[in-house]
Amino acid sequence: MSSDAEAGASDAAGAGDPDRETKAERIRELLATEGDAVAENTRGFNEGRYESTGRLDDYEALKEEARAVKEDAIERLPDLIDEVRETVEANGGTVYLADDAADANRYVREVAADRGAERAVKSKSMTSEEIEVNAALEADDVDVVETDLGEWVLQLADEEPSHIVAPAIHKSREAIAELFAERFDPDDPPETAEELTMFARERLGDLIEGADLGMTGANFVAADSGTMLLVTSEGNARKTVTATDTHVAVAGVEKLVPTVEEFSPFVELIGRSGTGQDVTSYISTLTPPVDSPVPDFGSDQEPLADGSDADRDFHLVLIDNGRLAMRDDETLRETLYCIRCSACSNACGNFQSVGGHAFGGETYSGGIATGWEAGIEGLDVAAEFNDLCTGCSRCVPACPVGIDIPWINTAVRDRINRGETDPSQLDWAFEELVPDEEPGGLDLGTRLVGNYATLAKWGHKTAPIANRLADAGPVRALAERVAGIDRRRELPEFARESLVEWFDARGGPAVPADEATREAVVYPDTATNYVDVARGKATVRALEALGVRVRVPDLPGSGRPPLSQGMVATAEAAAEDLYAGLAPHLDAGRDVVVIEPSDLATFRREYERFLPSESSERLADASYDAMEYVFGLLENGADPAGLRAPSEGTGPVASGKRIAYHPHCQARTVEVGEYATATFERLGYDVRVSDTECCGMAGSFGYKTDYYELSVDVGEPLREQFGDTDRTVVAPGTSCTEQLDALLDAAPRHPIEVIAPRG
Amino acid sequence: MSLADASTFTRRLDDLGVAVAAGPPEECATMVEAAAGEPAVGVPLGRSGPDGLADSPARLPDRVETEPTTTDLRAAHTGVTAASLGVAEYGSVALEADPAGTEPVSLFVDRHVVVLREADIVPDMPDAFDWLGPRARDESVDVVFATGPSATADMGGLVHGAHGPKEVHVVLLRDDGATDGSDAADAAEGVQ
Repeated sequence: MSSDAEAGASDAAGAGDPDRETKAERIRELLATEGDAVAENTRGFNEGRYESTGRLDDYEALKEEARAVKEDAIERLPDLIDEVRETVEANGGTVYLADDAADANRYVREVAADRGAERAVKSKSMTSEEIEVNAALEADDVDVVETDLGEWVLQLADEEPSHIVAPAIHKSREAIAELFAERFDPDDPPETAEELTMFARERLGDLIEGADLGMTGANFVAADSGTMLLVTSEGNARKTVTATDTHVAVAGVEKLVPTVEEFSPFVELIGRSGTGQDVTSYISTLTPPVDSPVPDFGSDQEPLADGSDADRDFHLVLIDNGRLAMRDDETLRETLYCIRCSACSNACGNFQSVGGHAFGGETYSGGIATGWEAGIEGLDVAAEFNDLCTGCSRCVPACPVGIDIPWINTAVRDRINRGETDPSQLDWAFEELVPDEEPGGLDLGTRLVGNYATLAKWGHKTAPIANRLADAGPVRALAERVAGIDRRRELPEFARESLVEWFDARGGPAVPADEATREAVVYPDTATNYVDVARGKATVRALEALGVRVRVPDLPGSGRPPLSQGMVATAEAAAEDLYAGLAPHLDAGRDVVVIEPSDLATFRREYERFLPSESSERLADASYDAMEYVFGLLENGADPAGLRAPSEGTGPVASGKRIAYHPHCQARTVEVGEYATATFERLGYDVRVSDTECCGMAGSFGYKTDYYELSVDVGEPLREQFGDTDRTVVAPGTSCTEQLDALLDAAPRHPIEVIAPRG
Repeated sequence: MSLADASTFTRRLDDLGVAVAAGPPEECATMVEAAAGEPAVGVPLGRSGPDGLADSPARLPDRVETEPTTTDLRAAHTGVTAASLGVAEYGSVALEADPAGTEPVSLFVDRHVVVLREADIVPDMPDAFDWLGPRARDESVDVVFATGPSATADMGGLVHGAHGPKEVHVVLLRDDGATDGSDAADAAEGVQ
């Protein structure tokens, strides 16, 4: 199926960084071959998640309950391992704690040899993929058959899973039909989904009947009873366990929970979070060895149940393989809470476009895979795909156990940065532009983006030259070659007069203190201050029209750009500097109004990791998204007449009344995305809101040569939604507006520019 | 169980495409007769599901082979078993993988007919796991919570009957005579 993969990749585009080209080529290949199937399936799962979790009365409470169970379980893990050994042995089974993959495989091979097993049937298990037990058993001439239909397809095609829950989503029905025809040459080749399923059911049914050994994973294991829980839909895990007299379950040690009762929140959440099913067809809660009679398919006259006790063996193989070390690692520990539901994959714009074959490591894929692969395989493997997490944070509300997946990606990126420094790079030439806290030799593209605040300030000071240079072909070619900034992207044009300069020149605050309803600082974020000054001016005008005494002090960058590059120490220093600059304003009781959503998200989400909790909470409480602030002022009695209502009329005039709004990804995560919609509607506008998780630009991501095509592909649904609209397109994020401009040729504005009185 | 639970349960089954017949235990055989295809195998009530079912007037029709061989199982279109519990919010039934063969009989067939006492319906998932916990710890029970038919979307579209049953029918035994504090099986006897 993938015979044409990897062909003729490297000799195309000429000079440059060979790694970079290989990566870009690989992504291009996957976009072309698997992207459509992956996109259709993952977006369907993601919509299903919203619908299914929306049917729960107590979704947030359930997530908190699930999180608490996991925190407790991982805290008590060594005790739970001891306890489950006792309970499983009391039930008549065996527990083996395997240090690593080789140790686990050695044990499973021994079990198979003792049983004299000729065929093992397996239900789907990522942990068994992690240890590669199939290859180990096959080396001993044991025939291993995957019985999950998707896994079986991959086994026949000799391919890797592209998704942790639905492993074959990258394959179309046509491709599967072709595969079956080629492998089995049936008289009447199956073609429809129904025919293909029945063909597989019959073949696999025969193979299961003749099997000696049944292998499963386990989604959860209760230490109090030795009960394991399996989440399935097809029924193959049930058959695998029932039809064979020797059951081997492989499970990471993190699957342990203290009691059976604590399965409950996970049962309610796992299907909803993953594929959007309220519950999957089968939740097997087995306390093995199971009590079912072993059907003797070889001797057809025996009664199925002859009244005697079933003679079954059970082996629970608990896998460490780096997990206990992850438990001791402050950053990676949270990964162990993961229940492998796939919500973070399905909610991820980049994953939706390329799937797990690009966005994944040796075994695991999607956002959380960085944690798994860093802990199990090492930083090298995590480094191969970690870039694909853009920090858009849409996985955060999707995760049923509330893992801060973007933070794990950021912290691992920081480790990669520090481990992969290349001292041969010409950092000395850029010292002034990259005054960060990072080790010398860090990839130049990373450092340029990470030091965007300094770069923008320099660009603004030298605006005519910088802008002309930025447009010059040779400079763009150099930027692409040295720093990986794609020349197909338009670079931001620096303003000659910054927002702060404009405000000072204008004469400072315009609303007298004794007439003001509130006092606020408009935060001059890097993009607003030096590039998109118009939206800053509009914010000042809108707030003043609502009676707010506004200040625009000169303040440093928030640290979001270095954070996006994994430059944690630099981001932390930025947080401290900015807080120091804001503290006098907070002391004076002023609100902080933030125009760029990613900066507000940084204040509310990441600053708690950088600042004393009292400081971060104080800033989080005092800061507002610009549209959130306007909405709050109106709710508290401010007169909307000061703002711009939609023009009445027909034809082109009416289009100003009709808005197409793309909320920023991080704004949605910190739950401020809806204020723009509410404010527009209150003023009489008609708003259509995009349902795309992230525009794909994601700060600097879409500028990078490796990821330009992927970034455009991620934005494609926005083109589909807004491409032929006559509505006025608005988006609060700077990078979203760049992306929308490129996709729609629409020159979108910040929502506040639409409602602010004209300047 | 409350009436609201039974009606929620029935509504969920309807959403899942599961046919439901409800009636007093005396009509069990008639309802199973109508639901089961040919040939049918089964596990005697009481050996499958709650012990109390053994004392109830509920019976399976004679044509259901209740001591099947593996050949019978393979040839069967329908498997009839009892369920120990129903979960109203999800339309799930709890099947015990017991020594009498409830698991293979409910699994290696095209249609599964489930007999469930209305009295054994609990409102929601936490209730189901409160029920399971002590039984798992004390009796090492093996329970499958089955919700609708077997399903897969791995072959390019949603198909029922990937490995397990393509269809599920539920026969719900009403316990009209149930009085407060009495066991459901006793109540069923009281109706007689």
